[in-house]
Amino acid sequence: MTIHRWTWQSKLTFTLAAALILILALVPAFASDSVNERLTVLFIYVILAAMWNAMAGYGGLVSIGNQLFFGLGAYMTIRLADAGINPFAAMVLGAVIVAGLSWVLSLFMLHLRAGEFAIGMWVLASIAHLCVNLDPLIQGETGTSLISLNAYAIADRRMMIFWAALIGMVGLLALLFAVLRTPSGLAMQAIRDNEEAADSIGVNPMRTKRLFFVLAGFGTAVAGALWLAQVSAFQPKTYFSVQWTAYMIFMVLVGGLGRFEGAILGALIFFAAETWFAATGVWYLIGLGAAALLFSLLLPKGLWGWIATRTGVSLMPLGYRVHMETPSK
Amino acid sequence: MTGAATQAGPEARLTGAGIHKSYGSLPVLNGIDFSLTSNEAVGIIGPNGAGKSTLLSVLSGATPPTQGTIQLNGSDVSDLPARDRAAHGLVRTHQIPKPFSGITIFENVLVAATHAGARRKGEAYDLALDALDVCGMLPVANRPAESVGLLDRKRLELARALATSPRLLLLDEIGGGLTDAEASELVDTIRSLRARGIGIVWIEHIVRILLQVAERLVCMDAGRIIAEGDPETVMTDAQVVSAYLGGAPA
Ligand SMILES: Nc1ncnc2c1ncn2[C@@H]1O[C@H](COP(=O)(O)OP(=O)(O)O)[C@@H](O)[C@H]1O
Ligand SMILES: [Mg+2]
Repeated sequence: MTIHRWTWQSKLTFTLAAALILILALVPAFASDSVNERLTVLFIYVILAAMWNAMAGYGGLVSIGNQLFFGLGAYMTIRLADAGINPFAAMVLGAVIVAGLSWVLSLFMLHLRAGEFAIGMWVLASIAHLCVNLDPLIQGETGTSLISLNAYAIADRRMMIFWAALIGMVGLLALLFAVLRTPSGLAMQAIRDNEEAADSIGVNPMRTKRLFFVLAGFGTAVAGALWLAQVSAFQPKTYFSVQWTAYMIFMVLVGGLGRFEGAILGALIFFAAETWFAATGVWYLIGLGAAALLFSLLLPKGLWGWIATRTGVSLMPLGYRVHMETPSK
Repeated sequence: MTGAATQAGPEARLTGAGIHKSYGSLPVLNGIDFSLTSNEAVGIIGPNGAGKSTLLSVLSGATPPTQGTIQLNGSDVSDLPARDRAAHGLVRTHQIPKPFSGITIFENVLVAATHAGARRKGEAYDLALDALDVCGMLPVANRPAESVGLLDRKRLELARALATSPRLLLLDEIGGGLTDAEASELVDTIRSLRARGIGIVWIEHIVRILLQVAERLVCMDAGRIIAEGDPETVMTDAQVVSAYLGGAPA
């Protein structure tokens, strides 16, 4: 008997993904500004979906307050850049600080049970929003902007932000994939399915959940910092809005909760819907709501869940397959 | 046989002294003294609601006792969570199976092997495969746990506990609803574990099965041990007959 973790499909997927990333890296050389900007947005959506999925899909940590990390990531970037740090370095450092803060928050947040945790995260996001408003640098809801980015010429700036978002997305997806494939990744899924049973066989639920909470805090903060770089303006209420978490939930539910490919697919679908229909205003929102409803009724495992169960395909496998060699000799 | 071959090392011993447990105002355990070594198989019987499962929960660390102490290999583990007791070789199964339904049978068992049983990756694979083999679950190793029936879920409880390479194994009604053939297979399995030097507590209603394995029998009623000792003697004890068997000797 042997244990296998890769399939030929997954090897092909990763080869194609590597090629795609290379092509994407060259996009700024030939594509228009608006294409660059839209792709940057797509990369940020993929990060947001993957990080929410990391918590809810693999850890059962359903949160409606992940705008906390998003807003703080942007805010820390503003703060550090104001202190004279290079804006791109500030984005990374800001996300690291948010990760540290998530570690502190995890000490009490992870003791909350399902619904309490979800709401508690929202409450925390609201408190953070209020605190950020108190910072004179932000000027209340008037907001401020990441002016230090103006040191770069506009074309250079756009290209650098594009690459930062691409690197951020690829790096965070790779990190999440790697973590999910460690014993802690499997333990996290065990905790999601039955915490008491996981504890009974040696798993430390608190430590494992903390790993995922901090990872999601870090990744979502990177997304917030990238968003700030992209739009430049920082108004607290647009960053600490629950709308961000609503988008994350939509992407993950439509793509497939607890499926690595699902979050990416969901982000693509959401991005396409926004690109084509956002101009229709209220109908766009009604459409999103209806789509979410239809998916939860008809395809509860999301689009990727439906595809994977029907075809048995696994492009980015996290699990283990036991192969029985038939004793032929 | 791979990984979890015969357990070496000195005898393991679990002792619970003066254990009381209440849920709110409801007393469930009323002063239990119980011990188990890695050199014996003990059966526990008693009517529904006697507190048998609660005793396993308290001994394994799933829930703290209201009063009393628990010792494992001579040290007080009363405040140690279940995961740490599992790392020290004490593990239990659940009467109502608690599978990790979103992952495969093999992955369920692998979680146990990587977190309590083994240190190195290859060793964990061997432990997990061996545990599945012992429980006859290799054919369903790649099935999602949510897709298997109650019988396999019960087997999975045993396989998962086994993958922690326990010295002391607490089993809670893993034999309910079995056919005669399946039951005698289970008896063989438990005997083979006993032969590996694993100490066993087995709660079961089907006394006939239990008597094929247990060297000592404990009968509980209303949170107390009402009889204990040689199985034949316990089964004919007047209190046991009236409390558990409803008046007619088995
Ligand atoms: N978590 C709990 N909360 C409240 N009461 C419980 C709990 N677990 C068990 N009980 C009660 O404790 C008593 C003993 O239950 P249990 O230990 O499961 O008995 P047995 O396994 O012998 O059938 C029952 O009356 C049951 O209702
Ligand atoms: Mg019971």
